[in-house]
Amino acid sequence: MPALPDSSEIFDVVIIGAGVVGCAMARRFALDGARVLVLEKAAEVLDGASKANSAILHTGFDAPPGSVEQKCIADGYREYLEIRESLGLPLLKTGAMVLAWDEAQLAQLLVLVAKAHKNGVADVAMLTRAEILVQEPHLSESVKGGFVVPGEYLIDPWASAHAYILQAMANGAELRRNCEVLSGRFDGVWRLNTSQGAVRAKQVINCAGLYGDVIDQRLLGSSDFKIKPRKGQFVVFDKPASKLARAVILPVPTKTTKGVVIFRTIFGNIAVGPTAEEQESRTDASTEAETLKELRRKGIEMLPGLADYEVTTTYAGLRPATEHHDYQISQRAAQNYITVGGIRSTGLSAALGVARHVAGLNARAGFSGKPLKKPVCPAPDRLSNYHPRDWESAGHGGIICHCELVTKREILAALNGPMPPTTLQGLKRRTRVCMGRCQGFYCTGPLATLTQGRLDPAIGEPDE
Amino acid sequence: MNSLSCNIAIVGGGTAGLALATELKRLGVEGVTVLERAPEAGGVPRHCGHYPFGLREFKRLFKGPDYARKLVKNARVAGVDIRTDTTVTRLHPNARLSLNTPEGDYELQAQRVVLCTGVRESSRAQRFIGGQRPMGVLATGALQSMVFLNQKRPFRRPVILGTELVSFSAIMTCRHMGMRPQAMLEANSRVTVRQIMRPFPALKGVPIRFNAQNIRIIGDKTVKAVEYGDATGQRHRIEADGVIISGQFRPESALLHASHLAVDAGTGGPSIDQYGRASDPSYFCTGNLLRPVETSSWCWHEAVETAGRIVQDLAAPIGGAESIALCAADPAIKFALPQRLVKSEAPGAMKQMQLRLAQPASGYLSAISGGQTLWGDFIESRPERRILAPLSPLLKPTLTAPVEMRFLGR
Repeated sequence: MPALPDSSEIFDVVIIGAGVVGCAMARRFALDGARVLVLEKAAEVLDGASKANSAILHTGFDAPPGSVEQKCIADGYREYLEIRESLGLPLLKTGAMVLAWDEAQLAQLLVLVAKAHKNGVADVAMLTRAEILVQEPHLSESVKGGFVVPGEYLIDPWASAHAYILQAMANGAELRRNCEVLSGRFDGVWRLNTSQGAVRAKQVINCAGLYGDVIDQRLLGSSDFKIKPRKGQFVVFDKPASKLARAVILPVPTKTTKGVVIFRTIFGNIAVGPTAEEQESRTDASTEAETLKELRRKGIEMLPGLADYEVTTTYAGLRPATEHHDYQISQRAAQNYITVGGIRSTGLSAALGVARHVAGLNARAGFSGKPLKKPVCPAPDRLSNYHPRDWESAGHGGIICHCELVTKREILAALNGPMPPTTLQGLKRRTRVCMGRCQGFYCTGPLATLTQGRLDPAIGEPDE
Repeated sequence: MNSLSCNIAIVGGGTAGLALATELKRLGVEGVTVLERAPEAGGVPRHCGHYPFGLREFKRLFKGPDYARKLVKNARVAGVDIRTDTTVTRLHPNARLSLNTPEGDYELQAQRVVLCTGVRESSRAQRFIGGQRPMGVLATGALQSMVFLNQKRPFRRPVILGTELVSFSAIMTCRHMGMRPQAMLEANSRVTVRQIMRPFPALKGVPIRFNAQNIRIIGDKTVKAVEYGDATGQRHRIEADGVIISGQFRPESALLHASHLAVDAGTGGPSIDQYGRASDPSYFCTGNLLRPVETSSWCWHEAVETAGRIVQDLAAPIGGAESIALCAADPAIKFALPQRLVKSEAPGAMKQMQLRLAQPASGYLSAISGGQTLWGDFIESRPERRILAPLSPLLKPTLTAPVEMRFLGR
């Protein structure tokens, strides 16, 4: 049993929640020279809204002009491109096409293009039907028209967030998992009661995602918004199907959702989703057989060749939407408290921008640190199907997961790394083990042995 | 990149690959190499810790792991070069392979390649089983690998989905480590595997729920329950801590799909001719990769026959420029194998085609080419049963139109 953490230390910043936003926040403040502590309720980072998304780096071309969301996406997009090489993060420059499938959608295209230009995404340009079909020859010929968004790219949603938090940790930040914030009070300094004891901090930043309003209520007694979880289900097709589309295929969006997207993943698959289903539960990311079949059908309608390929996996994610249309980022300067709420489906793209935005609010409130001169860059997870992988260099100790070509060396590196996974989900996100077409048929057994004593729950208990 | 060469490269060291390699050696072929990606050869039988294996081929009853050891031993004694921890990452035209090993990458040039990559069970996702995504949802193969190769127990009270032969193997595997299956769920109104209609001792105490529809898995971190609807639409809930997703085998054809070789949508395996050759004639295919799913014994015999054809082909290449397609042209027929008929005659060709149904059907099953009925017989069968039909009536040099298999008067 490790000793309880020293409760006498006063951290500069406590960040509540280690989703992609919390991870980016931790990185920003650590690099700005703050003593950072990240508290995560779950056993793993990225266990809530950041667990499942469409893994696209958006330009924000369709965000409401003038919104905080638009600004954060634009800033986040820019910073991602600036830092990704130093952090070893992959990028696949696919571009996207927004396509109209009927006359009503066709009529909206010019409005959307104008909006994109207003948002500073200047390279968005109309395409004729013929141009679309030349660039994407596998699309259904029923497409009516569309426009191209050249700057929409594919990224690794987990490796990027891991890189943010690992860089924060490599530069002095601390992460506590299984550590839920229960209550707290502010008397010049924040004193938080957590499931792992007391924590003191000068400043609190609530990045609790699906629990953003709950944390506000626990610490402030009230919240300016209510989280309305919105579920999105996805169907992922086997890798050979990825040749059917080059660009991300976006529909004409509605008020509540970007609609059903066909997108390749940086891991080499092609996927269809998400749905947008409002629900009460903040935890239940169930899939429904009929919905999944309908998604597959919709995918085949747009990209008929998908019918010939098998499904690799299905999943659902929860987005922390609120009753408001914009992100809910607010500062209570008198209490040294910032809420970062309602970072919905665009959070992956916006996370670095959100962190910048919050750091700006903080500086204006008089907080300042000494930015690190030479921040350390940690070793990233290298899982992109389009870039060199571990199995391609000698001495990997054998391939454990054959579908995703995950090596023993990679798994051991994750298990013995600076932020070892504590659950199978966490190991999967770090290595892609069990995430391929056989979904664990071949590798579960050897993996149970390799991870013995390291995961909770264990893959299997030793037979006595 | 290091270059290697051999005469015959066999991809996959399971029943088919090892039987084929051993037979090739027996027939005097030099330079036979088996490429196995796992740390040990033997394939699926390695983790089938139960009877019955080997009765037809070795005239003795083995448990799976002993059978696998016997296959490996026979191959080694015969002089087969078995390379374990060796993953084929790419198939290239003209019998060239890219290999990956813990020590590095290789290119292997062979005279002929034989694909023997076998089958696996369909995953939860492939069956669109809804609900949450807790741990403890495993294929039978994964369960067996945990139990028999890694001595690990993933759960104690699983629900088994399916009533195929392998579903009953799952019960035996559970019993081996004191796990108590709570129920079997079957989408149809009857048990899939016929043999099990005999009293089955292991089944005692495991109820079968028929007409189970819209199965959902409940549980956040670990499985808590399985829910399903019955024929009347009423929902039921079974408390459980695991789910075994059994059966619905499909060829392990990832390499094929990423290659230059033609794939058959019906079988999910390679498109082959009556000599077992893929669309690139330097590639032969045998065993369960050809179709889901036959017993180990069937695959063993299939592989031994394939070895004979390869020896023929090495001595005097089998022609193949001219061929006609053989196809399932009826919604009730899932596949017909082989998918192509080469017109040039050579010894050793398959005598029979294999068919499976997509749904229970009866009628006059016919082979028709350009309006001409070449063969027919009355068939009443079900999807899980193998149907064999003679190939010889179809091998007429004058045929030009594809041979279509369909039911007349169904």
